[in-house]
Amino acid sequence: MSEIELEIKGLNVDYGLGEQSVHAVRDVDLTLRRGEVLGLAGESGSGKSTLAYGLTRLLPPPGVIRGGQVIYHPEQGEPFDVLGLSDRQLRAFRWAQTSIVFQGAMNSLNPVHKISTQLTDVLRAHEPGSTRAARLARARELLALVGIPADRLDSYPHQLSGGMRQRVMIGMALALRPKIVIMDEPTTALDVVVQRQILGQLVGLRERLGFSVLFITHDLSLLVEFSDRIAIMYGGRIVEQASAAGLHKDSLHPYSHGLLHSFPALRGPREELSGIPGSPPDLRSMPTGCAFHPRCPHSFDPCVRRVPELGAPQGRPEQDRSVACWLHPAS
Amino acid sequence: MSYLLRRTGFYLLTAWIAITINFLLPRLIPGDPVMSLINRAQGQLSTQAIQSLYVLFGLNKDESIFVQYGHYWAQLLHGDLGLSFAFFPTPVASVIADSLPWTLALVGITTLASFLLGTALGVYAGWRRGSWLDLVIPVTTFLSSVPYFWLGLIAIALFAGVNGIFPSSGGYEPGLVPGWDPDFLLSAVQHSLLPAVTILLSSMSGWILSMRNMMVTVAAEDYVTVAHAKGLSERRVMVSYAARNALLPSVSGFALSLGLVVGGTLLVEIVFSYPGLGFELFQAVGAKDYPLMQGIFLIITLSVLAANFVADLAYLVLDPRTRREG
Ligand SMILES: Nc1ncnc2c1ncn2[C@@H]1O[C@H](COP(=O)(O)OP(=O)(O)O)[C@@H](O)[C@H]1O
Ligand code: SF4
Ligand SMILES: [Mg+2]
Repeated sequence: MSEIELEIKGLNVDYGLGEQSVHAVRDVDLTLRRGEVLGLAGESGSGKSTLAYGLTRLLPPPGVIRGGQVIYHPEQGEPFDVLGLSDRQLRAFRWAQTSIVFQGAMNSLNPVHKISTQLTDVLRAHEPGSTRAARLARARELLALVGIPADRLDSYPHQLSGGMRQRVMIGMALALRPKIVIMDEPTTALDVVVQRQILGQLVGLRERLGFSVLFITHDLSLLVEFSDRIAIMYGGRIVEQASAAGLHKDSLHPYSHGLLHSFPALRGPREELSGIPGSPPDLRSMPTGCAFHPRCPHSFDPCVRRVPELGAPQGRPEQDRSVACWLHPAS
Repeated sequence: MSYLLRRTGFYLLTAWIAITINFLLPRLIPGDPVMSLINRAQGQLSTQAIQSLYVLFGLNKDESIFVQYGHYWAQLLHGDLGLSFAFFPTPVASVIADSLPWTLALVGITTLASFLLGTALGVYAGWRRGSWLDLVIPVTTFLSSVPYFWLGLIAIALFAGVNGIFPSSGGYEPGLVPGWDPDFLLSAVQHSLLPAVTILLSSMSGWILSMRNMMVTVAAEDYVTVAHAKGLSERRVMVSYAARNALLPSVSGFALSLGLVVGGTLLVEIVFSYPGLGFELFQAVGAKDYPLMQGIFLIITLSVLAANFVADLAYLVLDPRTRREG
């Protein structure tokens, strides 16, 4: 088993305070290993973005972190809790260790600044000693990395296509050679062909540069293809975690199963679309026990009463798998 | 480029229309400006004198309207706006030239100061919601909702008059001769302070509010979150990602208020009897001084157009999206 890069432990995130608050992320434990692509999937509203914002401390108001730890393991030196960093330490940590490519590909670039400005200001902030020429050279390199001609440096965002803009964002994410790149539905707004081009490119870059990726999407079939491991999120909790191949072959949680069959497979024989009946839970009034029970075809006696813990299922020889379902109680 | 040409063409056309309307209006309205001057002279004018007055005012009945229009343009291009009735025979152009600097100095500087100060406060208030700056907003909003007339009179009652520290009217000490000497300048500044502060108080809240609201909107934009995620300094994110974009909608508002500077803040100048263009217009209306009114309106119209043109240029510089070709 490879080294640990980032450990999320018992993370809880709320929107708002007191009675009216929404628990968007609940007791999430998640581990990212060096160099892997970890996929995070779940229906819209399951808390994926909130998890990503929470672990980088970028939650928009009224989001608050109510508890937990986000332990980062640098290559050298002691592991530390990102949630405990001072503002100054946090600014130095951001982008240098973890960078993010956001959902809103179209709006991630400031329309009034040139591409070059937006690529170089991050270099200037983190490497104040660098010269302007050196920063521009690096910006050119970054564009080359994602296959964009260097003359685009002088362009404004509106002069680029959606795909190009998202490529610029990926290039920008790699500006400081971070160890972790978080991608929150980075290609959702793009057409399928461009999506796959960009993802292919990303996987290639990861092999060359050796960063790990937390890849968030609601499209599980995309993850099965591009990631090493997959975590499934439902109602703010992780409900299953397994290797991509393992999950694809044999999903244990009924929700994972439902998700896998909600999208037509991209490769191989087309399967019937089944989807999942019912709608995602209301975070303000969650069902008792297993949050999925109102929609679960296998719901039985304990499901309504007790929350199933995420753990390695009993009697399963394969390692590195955990699930939160009474059908597969933890050992 | 072609955008710029189109805008230039648009403004030239509008200016032409405005000038033409300015030519036609006195010829269309019932009543006769020369008659009103003659009435004032109470029959002491000979027929010949009356005829020469008509010629003087460009209202020569013997010429066709097209010839008159040609004369009108020729005069205009020489900076000749006709003769004032009230200050007869002083040319309108020199009456305006006397009062325009006062207005430009007082209203121009305060408009600029109000915009800069209000916008800066709005930036901070929007960026740090919930700080003490939020208290500024109800106060300035209250001040701007007080009718200006009132605000001015209260200011005069409190700070001017017999016991006050500020003079209550005029642009300078009556005994002084306008010029670039310290006595006169000091007196001019002293006279302008009270009106300037009242203008600031009543106009600043608009800038604060609109900038604050835009800051709040822009702060939620993805590119601002990205800027935070990049670990840029708080200041850099606030200025160059949030405020820079939030400023755009204010630019046209600012241009408009700059255009209105020339008209003077009529009320301000009336309340403080300030020798500016607005006060001049007020007097011209009272005296039925048509050529002067016409001249002032023309200046106001053209300056509003010029300010809008400048706003378009500013947009071109500030927002690259408007630079789109085609
Ligand atoms: N700014 C916010 N204020 C209040 N609730 C929010 C906010 N953002 C997200 N939420 C709630 O948190 C839940 C999770 O949202 P999100 O993390 O965006 O889900 P996902 O990314 O999986 O679609 C949603 O149910 C949503 O209602
Ligand atoms: S715990 Fe019960 S309700 Fe929940 S997924 Fe498993 S079987 Fe279905
Ligand atoms: Mg999301």
